Order: sequence, then structure tokens, then C-alpha cells
Amino acid sequence: MLTLKQSRRLQSLIIGALAWAIAAVIFFPIFWMVLTSLKTEIDAFATPPQFIFTPTLENYLHINERSDYFAFAWNSVLISVSATLLCMCLAVPAAYSMAFFETRHTKRTLLWMLSTKMLPPVGVLVPIYLLAKQFGLLDSRLALIIIYTLINLPIIVWMVYTYFKDIPVDILEAARLDGATTWQEIVRVLLPIARGGLASTMLLSLILCWNEAFWSLNLTSSAAAPLTALVASYSSPEGLFWAKLSAVSTLACAPILIFGWISQKQLVRGLSFGAVK
Amino acid sequence: MNSPAIDTPAAQASTPVAHKPRRLAPGWFLVSPSVALLLIWMIVPLGMTVYFSLIRYNLLYPGENDFVGLENFEYFVTDAAFLSGAGNTLLLVGSVLLISVVLGVLISALLEASEFFGRGIVRVLLISPFFIMPTVSALLWKNLIFHPVSGILAAIWQFFGAQPVDWLAHHPLFSIIMIVSWQWLPFAILILMTAMQSLDQEQKEAARLDGAGPIAIFWHLTLPHLARPIAVVVMIETIFLLSVFAEIYTTTSGGPGYESTNLAYLIYTQALLQFDVGMASAGGLIAVVIANIAAIVLIRMIGKNLTDKQ
Amino acid sequence: MADLKIRNLQKGFDGTAIIKGVDLDIRDREFVVFVGPSGCGKSTLLRLIAGLEEVSSGHIELDGQDITDMAPARRDLAMVFQTYALYPHMTVRKNLSFALDLARVGKQEIEAKVANAARILQLDALLERKPKQLSGGQRQRVAIGRAIVRNPKIFLFDEPLSNLDAALRVQTRLELARLHKDLQATMIYVTHDQVEAMTLADKVVVLNGGRVEQVGSPLELYHHPANLFVAGFLGTPKMGFLRGTLNRVEADNCDVQLECGTHLTLPLSAAGLSVGSTVTLGVRPEHLNVVSTGNGRMQVTADVSERLGSDTFCHVSCASGEMLTVRVRGDFAPRYGDTLTLDFDTAHCHLFDADGQAVAKPLQQAA
Repeated sequence: MLTLKQSRRLQSLIIGALAWAIAAVIFFPIFWMVLTSLKTEIDAFATPPQFIFTPTLENYLHINERSDYFAFAWNSVLISVSATLLCMCLAVPAAYSMAFFETRHTKRTLLWMLSTKMLPPVGVLVPIYLLAKQFGLLDSRLALIIIYTLINLPIIVWMVYTYFKDIPVDILEAARLDGATTWQEIVRVLLPIARGGLASTMLLSLILCWNEAFWSLNLTSSAAAPLTALVASYSSPEGLFWAKLSAVSTLACAPILIFGWISQKQLVRGLSFGAVK
Repeated sequence: MNSPAIDTPAAQASTPVAHKPRRLAPGWFLVSPSVALLLIWMIVPLGMTVYFSLIRYNLLYPGENDFVGLENFEYFVTDAAFLSGAGNTLLLVGSVLLISVVLGVLISALLEASEFFGRGIVRVLLISPFFIMPTVSALLWKNLIFHPVSGILAAIWQFFGAQPVDWLAHHPLFSIIMIVSWQWLPFAILILMTAMQSLDQEQKEAARLDGAGPIAIFWHLTLPHLARPIAVVVMIETIFLLSVFAEIYTTTSGGPGYESTNLAYLIYTQALLQFDVGMASAGGLIAVVIANIAAIVLIRMIGKNLTDKQ
Repeated sequence: MADLKIRNLQKGFDGTAIIKGVDLDIRDREFVVFVGPSGCGKSTLLRLIAGLEEVSSGHIELDGQDITDMAPARRDLAMVFQTYALYPHMTVRKNLSFALDLARVGKQEIEAKVANAARILQLDALLERKPKQLSGGQRQRVAIGRAIVRNPKIFLFDEPLSNLDAALRVQTRLELARLHKDLQATMIYVTHDQVEAMTLADKVVVLNGGRVEQVGSPLELYHHPANLFVAGFLGTPKMGFLRGTLNRVEADNCDVQLECGTHLTLPLSAAGLSVGSTVTLGVRPEHLNVVSTGNGRMQVTADVSERLGSDTFCHVSCASGEMLTVRVRGDFAPRYGDTLTLDFDTAHCHLFDADGQAVAKPLQQAA
């Protein structure tokens, strides 16, 4: 007969082993990608797949060889950051007024914003493509910045709104009585208090922009193409460059993966539109 | 938004005596840029789509833009590709939802069941795929996992003496479902695990004192508690799954035949590969209608929950 | 100077009236307490004065200037919130100086004012801390300090003590009273706690259902409640009420037949009421006595007793089922179910007509 303590420990051991096994299976593709990026092309294609090999950083050192990696990465950075900043500039005032000056229309407005996310991008692919062409914005960063701002706006407004909702109105009223103008109230009181939430909102926006792959594949070809497009260009390999592909992919994903790990807890709120804390 | 004029305190300072203008509603003034942009973003392209869908419009034959009524819709719907596209979309969304919700609940329940060594690391490993960009995960699976010669699955099959399978060629839709599930299961785990942590411990303890076992607790306390987070997961995943594109684009290109073509990809081929703008627009509208039906159902289901908790 | 005049003030939210026409005058250096049950509109009234809510109709005048539609920032009022509403990202020093900062007051003057407020409230040692690192009582003092540095025309307090524990609440109450004397300031204070109202106020405003029930000094309201609501709201334990009918009406006294079986002659002028009309008799616990059988007027059954040491409050039920509370000596404790005999101090009984309005008391007012 096991004591209570022993059975607890056994239970924890079994559950732990099971959880680790599941985590290993789910994480395996990423692990394998990183591993492959450290192989030579010959090792990468070897059958059976090799777990033990002489690692090399060659793929990373020659990352720019097959394609102009840094140009793509720069596009990704520029587009994600610009779209995120633009989006925040629009979302913060909107969320401020919805959170603190609630009217009968506020909830409906929020739900309507959410419903624009339901519009499948294919529904407007043709007109957007033609409009971009018309304005000479095909393969331009500006087009992607505008589109990313708009497609992420509802989520960002929701997320900022839920963070603002956590701030007691009293504090803003105190500022108002202390003589703050609306601008001072937002900049000197609201934003500093909400900075944690705003940071994770911006992180979420960066992640969404960085990984977006519908508009970037359809509206860019080379000059403005971000990393998603670069990786996609490996889908029709002239020859097999799997180790290089893995290296490029690893570099393309690493920053976002690390962001995600750091901010996972805060992201939950935004990703669930504030429904889960 | 209940008063017609806006007036900031700064503006009032210049008119110290006459201060009838209301100051308490910067509301609509601050919301309107976002609302206006989203409205334009919705209405202009959608209006153009409606217009294009009603005319003959092929980029290869410029100038022949006659009004054709619902002909484009008729062609699109009666095309063999449409049925398989619609079917594949449904199958894809349904299977991924099922996989991610069921496994998501089980895995997050497992993780919350007991403290164990390295739980934080397990958590981080489990949610990682969600942060991988779609094109990367598609190629990763295509070349390193599914590849019939050098893929991991081929090696496992061979180890057991079986004939390796060319997954993407022979089971294209199943393979894509696998890839997409791998991306979205972590999302479900992330949300459900967090939701589970907010379950009242005293409730659980009360249930235990009432003689409930772990399974009874899971069934009667945990699952009902998860109802809303599950609804949230279903809604958000549906939004994204209806327009899965990059995963198909980079792996099977919709093939073989139309076996792994979903509506999003079908419309893309109509528009940007066959240049039939009219037909693609008709298809786009059908996708919008399908998405809206899903949206109405889902928002009815949980929209109230989302805003009411405050 | 701070003279506040409120004229026919009304406020509604989405069609529901919260404040239904309030007239009020608040004079310079007065300590005015708004008291009433939750939902009576007292906080809304305070927020209307502060400018945090928009007035639906009516006027607010401060020192002769109409401030009805003025932005809160420009009214020169300071408010202490129930939740304190400290700026969590600023140190205590920044919290105190924020308003002066916004008003572009000179550095030295800010420093002097902050130092002064810190000294008054004993916050000197805490100036570099963030609100998170303070105890409830300390936060509360910072909130008051934030108001003091501004030297406003009127201090507004919105249930400032309700988040403190009982001991601290009593102590802070005393400090507030002292502060009012020291600063010679005009203060408006909202509370649902009638003890706070009684102990702090120069003038109590009893609100109920968006209307002012009565305005007056604490003792005026205690001894001469204008109606049943005020009578029942002020005083712990509450005033007891007995239903009855008028038997006889004279110029300076009247007879009441109570439902519980007794009849009383009260030295009250019930002129205007006719014989046979329904009335309610009100009597406070200290105006009832337990006497030996034969001397009393009414037999009651003892319910539970609350023994406070100095006094005992006996809850008793009358033949009609109505409950009364009697204050007796601390060492007296009837057993549950005992039969007691009560006597009424008729000079201190209150009589209310069928509408709940107090019947005049000529004899006492003359005295």
C-alpha cells in the first residue's frame, strides 16, 4: 500500500513523463529544423536521417549566397515595425474612448470590428491586387504596411481595450481634477500605467505581421518581399538546399519564437480577445 | 458619443466664459479614424468584388467587360473545382478544430494535473509551433518530415520494414491537416491552459471533499469552466482556418488535381494564375458568404461573452 | 472663499433619473456630509459638483460663477477617491506634485507645498516610494495630501474611509476632523456610514432616491427628523417604529392607540391630522425603559440581547409582532423569551403621519 505522499510522487512522475513525451513530439520538427541547419547539404539529405554528425555553421555563414537574405529580413523588420506603430496610433485613441467613455454603441462597435476579421482575404484579393497595381504599390512595402495595419487593427483595438478596462477610471478622473488635458491624461497617466499591456500588444502585432503569408505572397515579388516570401521561394527547389533552407528558416523564426516565449502569458489575453486572462 | 460636439479642455481655455460645448465625450472623435478605415477597408474592396463578379473580366482579354449577371457565379459553382474546394475547406476547418480542441483540452488538463519536473519548459516547447511562420512550417514538414526519401516518417516506416509513403502526393489533404493542426494545437493549449489556471481551487477542494474523483472533477468542473475559452478557440481558429493559404501554396499547390485545394487557394488560382477576375470575384463573394455564416453563428454563440464579462 | 449653490440639479442616465432636483447651499469652511443608503445618488451628486458627470439640468454656482459646464480641471476642486486613485507609476512625491506640475507652478513653490503637505500628513519618510509599497492608511494619506497641495476651494471626499479597517477608520476620522479645523477648508464628504456623518459634519445632507430628505446639523437631524426615512436612517441601533391611529387631537397633545395594544398621550401638536388617521410612532432605544410589572405601559417578549459592556441593547417583540430595541444598563440581561414591561419617555417620542412626515413638536422646540 502506497502512502499518500508516495502516490502523489508516482502520479507526478507518470504525468511528467507523459507530458515530456508529448512536448518532445510536438517540438520535434523545430528541433529537427535547427539540427538540419547545422548539417552539410549531404548530411541533410542522408537516409536514414542522421542525429549524429559534425556540426557546421557554414549554412549561416553563407546565408546570403542563394538569395539576398538580409534584404528580405530588412523588409520584414521594416514592414512589421511600421505597421505595428501605425496600428497602435490608431488603436490607442479608439480603445481609450471605448474603455472610458462607454456608450450604447461601444459594444456593437467592438463586435463589428471583430467581424471585419471574419472577412476572408480571398474575398478582396482581386480588388486589392488591382488597386495596388493601379497605384503602383505592387511589390511595395507601403502596400503591406497599410494592409497589415488594417487587418490587425481589430485585434489590437480589442487587446488595448481589455488592458485599458483594467485601469480604474478613478485614476483618470483624478488626473482630470488635477488639471490634466485629455492629451496629458493619456500621455502622462494612461500610457505609463498601461505600458506592460501595450508592450505585449505591440509584440503580438509584430508576431502577426512577421508571420503573415497571404498578402505578402500575393502582393510582393522581390523588392518588398519579406521573409515569408523568401522561405516560400524554396518550395520549388532548383536542387536540394535543405540545410540552407533550414538555416534561413531558423533565422526567420528565431526572433519571433523568442518573443513568443517571453510574452506567452500576456499574449493569451490578446489572442483570446480578452476573454481569457 | 452622446453629445454632438467635442471640446478639449485646451480649446475651452480660449473661451473661458461660454463653455456650453460638452467636454465629456471625446468618444466618437477618437474612435472614428479606426472605424472609418475599417469601413473603407471593408466596403471599397468588397464593392469592387461585387462589381467584378457581375462582369466578364479577364486580364488576358482586356476590353471585353460586358455585364454578365450571375454567369460568373454559375460557372464558379458548377465547376468541379468548386465542390472539392468547398468540401476540402470544410474538412480542413472541421478536422483542425476537432484535433486542436480535443487534444488541447487533454494536454492542458495533463499539464495542470500535477506539478512535475520542468513544467515551464514543457509549456514553452508545446506552444512553440504557433510562433513559426506558415511558410516555414509548411516547408519544414514537406522536406524534413513528409519527404518520401529523407523525411523522418519515411525513416520510421523503413525501420518497421514498411514501404515509405509519399504523404503529400498520396494523402495531400490529410498532410495539410497535419501541418495546420501542428500550428494551431499550441494556440488551443496556450489559451486552455491559462483558462484552467483560473479555475477556483476551492471549488475543486470542495468537490474532493464531496467525494469526487479526478475524472468526475474534470467532467463536472473543469469542462464547464472551459466552455467559454473553448468557444474563443473555436471562433478565432475558424477565422484563420477558413483562409489557410500559405501552407497549400508552398506544399501541394492544391494538387494533385483539386485534392488539396481549398476555396482560398482556388480563388487565388482563378485570379492570379488564370487571370479570370470576374470568376475569382464571384468565388471570393461565395467565400465571404460562407465566412459570414460561420461568423454569425460564432458571434451569436460567444460575442456576448466577450463583451459582457466587464 | 467657497460658497457653493446648487439649484434644481437633475441627472439621469439612459432615461433613469438618479438626481431628481436637488437644491443646496454650502457655505465657506463648512464640513458638509452627504449621507444615504447605497444608490441614493450621493456619489453622483459629488461627481456632478466635481464635474466628472455631465449635469442633465439645473445649475451649480461656485462663488457666484456658474460652473455647471466647466471642465473639472478648471473648477479648482480636489477630490479624494474611495479607491484613492493614486497614480501607480509615480512616487508619492510625484503624486503630490502632479497637479502643480500640470499648472506649471515653479519648482521651489512645488517643493515647498509638497514638503508642507508631507509634514501635515507625516508622509516625509515615504516620498520616494511608489503607491504599491504603501499600506492602506498611508495611501489614503497620500490621496488627501494630493488634495492639500492644491489648496482647492473645496475638498471633495468620496467614501474615503470605506477601504480601511475598523481601527484605522476611527483614527483617520479624527484626523480628518482635525485637518478641517487646521486648514479652515470647505469640505464635502460622502459616506453611507451615519456614524461618520454624525461625528464629522457641521451640516448633514440626508439623501434618498435622488432627493434631499433633510438638511441640518447632526443633532438637529437626530432629535428632529423630518420624516420616517431620516428617523430610521440615523442612530444605532435604529429607532423603533409602532403603527397606530390617532384617538384624540388637542392643541398641545394627542392620544395614539397603538396596534400592539397600548395607548399613549404624547405632548405633540397633531393639528392638521384628524382623529382616526393612521400614524407611526417612533421611539429611540434610549427613550424606552424596562420597569417592574404594573408601572409600565406595554408587555413585550425579550428576543436576543446584545451586550456591549457599557450598555445592553435588548431586542423585544410587541404583541403586534413589531420589534423594538431598548437600551438598558450593561449588567442587565433578560433571558430569551422573558416577558418584560416597557415604559415610554413620551417627551422624546416621534410621530409620523401616513406619508411618513414628522408631526410638529411645539413643546420641545420651545424648550
